[in-house]
Amino acid sequence: MTDRDRIVIVGAGHNGLACAAYLARAGREVVVLEAAPQVGGAAVTREFAKGFRVSGCSHLSYLLDPGIARELKLASHGLKWARTGLKTVALAQAGDHLVLRGGKVESGTVPEADRKALAEYHARMLRFARVVARQHNRKPPRLGGGGRSEMLGAALLGFDIRRLGREDMREFLRIAGINIYDVLEEQFDSPALKGALALDAVLGTNLGPRSNNSVLSLLHRLSGEAAGNDGLSIPEGGMGAISEALAAAARAAGATIRTSSPVRRITLEGDRVSGVELEGGEKVAAQTVVSNADPARTLLGLLGARHLETGFVHRIRHFRTKGMAAKLHLALEALPSFARLSAELVGERLVIAPDMTYLEHAFDAAKYGQCSPEPALEVTIPSLHDKSLAPAGKHVLSAVVLYAPFDPRASGDEARSELLDRALAALDRHAPGLRRQVTASELLLPADLEREFRISGGHWHHGELALDQFMMLRPVPGAAQYAMPVGGLFLCGAGCHPGGGVMGSAGRNAANAVLAMERAA
Amino acid sequence: MNVKEEMGRKEHYRRSVWPTAFHARTSELNILNEWHRWKDYTTADAYFDEQLEYAAIRNACAVFDLCPMTKHLITGPDALAFLNRLVTRDVAKIKPGKVGYTIWCDDNGQVIDDGTIFHLRGGVYRLCSQERQLDWLTRSAFGFDVTIVEDTHDVAALALQGPTSCAVLKAIGCAGAENLKPFDIGYFPFDGAELMVSRTGFTGDLGYELWIDPAHALALWDALFDKGKVHGIRPMGTHALEVARIEAGFIQAQVDFHPADQAIMTDRSRSPFELDLAWLVDFSKPCFNGRRALLAEKKNGSRYRFVRLDVEGNKPARSAYIYDEDKNVVGTVTSAEWSPSAKKNIAFASLHMPWGRPGDELWAEIYYQRELKWYKVMARCRVAEQPFWDPPRKRATPAQDF
Repeated sequence: MTDRDRIVIVGAGHNGLACAAYLARAGREVVVLEAAPQVGGAAVTREFAKGFRVSGCSHLSYLLDPGIARELKLASHGLKWARTGLKTVALAQAGDHLVLRGGKVESGTVPEADRKALAEYHARMLRFARVVARQHNRKPPRLGGGGRSEMLGAALLGFDIRRLGREDMREFLRIAGINIYDVLEEQFDSPALKGALALDAVLGTNLGPRSNNSVLSLLHRLSGEAAGNDGLSIPEGGMGAISEALAAAARAAGATIRTSSPVRRITLEGDRVSGVELEGGEKVAAQTVVSNADPARTLLGLLGARHLETGFVHRIRHFRTKGMAAKLHLALEALPSFARLSAELVGERLVIAPDMTYLEHAFDAAKYGQCSPEPALEVTIPSLHDKSLAPAGKHVLSAVVLYAPFDPRASGDEARSELLDRALAALDRHAPGLRRQVTASELLLPADLEREFRISGGHWHHGELALDQFMMLRPVPGAAQYAMPVGGLFLCGAGCHPGGGVMGSAGRNAANAVLAMERAA
Repeated sequence: MNVKEEMGRKEHYRRSVWPTAFHARTSELNILNEWHRWKDYTTADAYFDEQLEYAAIRNACAVFDLCPMTKHLITGPDALAFLNRLVTRDVAKIKPGKVGYTIWCDDNGQVIDDGTIFHLRGGVYRLCSQERQLDWLTRSAFGFDVTIVEDTHDVAALALQGPTSCAVLKAIGCAGAENLKPFDIGYFPFDGAELMVSRTGFTGDLGYELWIDPAHALALWDALFDKGKVHGIRPMGTHALEVARIEAGFIQAQVDFHPADQAIMTDRSRSPFELDLAWLVDFSKPCFNGRRALLAEKKNGSRYRFVRLDVEGNKPARSAYIYDEDKNVVGTVTSAEWSPSAKKNIAFASLHMPWGRPGDELWAEIYYQRELKWYKVMARCRVAEQPFWDPPRKRATPAQDF
């Protein structure tokens, strides 16, 4: 084997690691180069205050592809679950909390009609999400042109929609592109129920409940459960444990993983990649470079716009990458006590999204460059399930806070302290005294997430999941099949189909694209 | 208020068509008062007689007001790299003091526009285009350390074309102008300013293009017509130029090809190969807009062929359908004129592949009117392999006086 046969993977995010594992299993010489001192990218567990560890960006697993977990034997590589199938507790100011699990209201005041509607809604959305899930491990078809396999890909997608049956197909086509607000308004009365359901459609996006594409975002979120995983889950050791298991699988298959090895640029020979150059000046020759970095960072940063054509560069520049979700980490000296919430429910997923208008108002502010005056939150206290995360008797709280603009009008520091204060106030309203239990805190705005995890725009999907950036249009038309216009360069991250969330599918699909390209050559 | 001031005060919307820097003279000379709007400037179709104006191009010299042509200054350390990624030819081969004709394509290898690149002094380039290009140039500049300024209104330009053009230049004080080779740029003091002269043009003849600060525009015009009188100088409008450019074999955007960025139907644009401009495509450059698509086209074949036709008879085959011997439509004429110099009925046509090979039997369906009655002729066409007008004096250096 010569240097020329080597495959370099830029970035050891979970997709980069999955890609490395599959390519190494296929007998390729794989070198993964990661800028950070640890693997995992945004699926990472890190210490934010002495003795307190937390999942640094993504904090719940709900999209991990069960097929990938099985094929790469992640369990035997050390992945264990601290909790699976978390319930959702929608906190209510009056203490009438809603407890939801799947399509059931386990407790809380909800009209009977809503309970029935929820069961139907949940079953239907899972059927729709299954259509999305079936596409996860397929290369998206190329539009306009291409051979039989492209036609087949498009036909399969059509077939998946068609076999929903007449009524479901109509409904799927009616709602897939619209907004969750209208869909929920049609089916439910309870504002609290609608608020909790709507939150799932906008978490991590640049969307409010009334924004189109929020239904699509929800279907993407549900597609993990539809594909057969165990719903909202927390790994033992935090989200970093998934990355560690993927890294172990890759290493066991023969891949080399080098951390603290930031890539400065992708090098070219003529119109083909020749390898990469590290920040220190070291050059690593390679026949193929697969980038787990986001599309803009890879193509405009590491490669450089001048090596690409104008129209393509323009499309990549306008791939929407601005995140709107902030991440909150609190070190707590004791377990907070939530008003009228029984002790066994504190470890579930707690959400503060009292109704859809609350969410929409929170979004309105961020749309115009301000942090939400009344933020919505998705809260977990993972130390309840995994004692290793905090010193004995103490706890860590991890929350997604909506919404925080990528480029706030105020300075980053002002916006950060403002949103931290508002998030603590929101928590304190439900858990009086929580504020005083905080011994250390950290709030990461989208711009902080961009810096820390090297994700342009700080969007946890690498780019908005919307119909115009979905499947064969992701990240941009003409580059949706993992291979980039420059010979030997591939993308394998969340900026590709099927998108973000800790899934591994983009990594596996990219590995298949690399192998298919080799066969065709 | 002059034009410049109006533009500066953002009052330009009050007037949608502008006078050029030579309007004070062209409007006096345009005794036919025939004008059209060329990129929002008032431009003469013809001044006194389009056939005599044409005759001046080929037998003496004629002056064409070139101010409306879109011009850009491209500066900065990445100017060359930017241009090389933009256009299909190797710009590094256009040395300082030289001009190169070029085309540029979109990502699909379809021609957006054609124009000329002037390699000026100190690493500065001028790009002249048929169409407005600032948007595409700005878009293409992302990732390059380059500054692009559209300065169409800040440069007064004239084309001085025809056999006596060099003699006139020398008469207005451009000593040594005869030594400029085709596509050379020279600089001469004039009226206390600097006159830039390039041996370029759109007539396929001995000729020059003159570039000067608009403040000296009228002085330049007056000098040319004063000293040029004995050399038969005339003003010419676009009608006369049209005949000359077709004789010379030069294509024009919007006429002979539809700019790719304006095409809605995908089969309406053309690649460089489909415009007989393969010589402008340099695949040894690792990256330029359209390269991948053009490589694929080279491998898989083109859809169209661009040909020059020698048409039987004397009726210009304007917009005619072209038929094969079995009376199938195989293409259309894009430009056509009677060529007074070649004494031929000439045309450009875009034909479906594989038609247009030398020796193919082709027919043009020509309609013409006589006293409101329409007539039709089917005229046999021969594919011409050379331009219809290509005199040695076009290339001869030093240029002769005639």
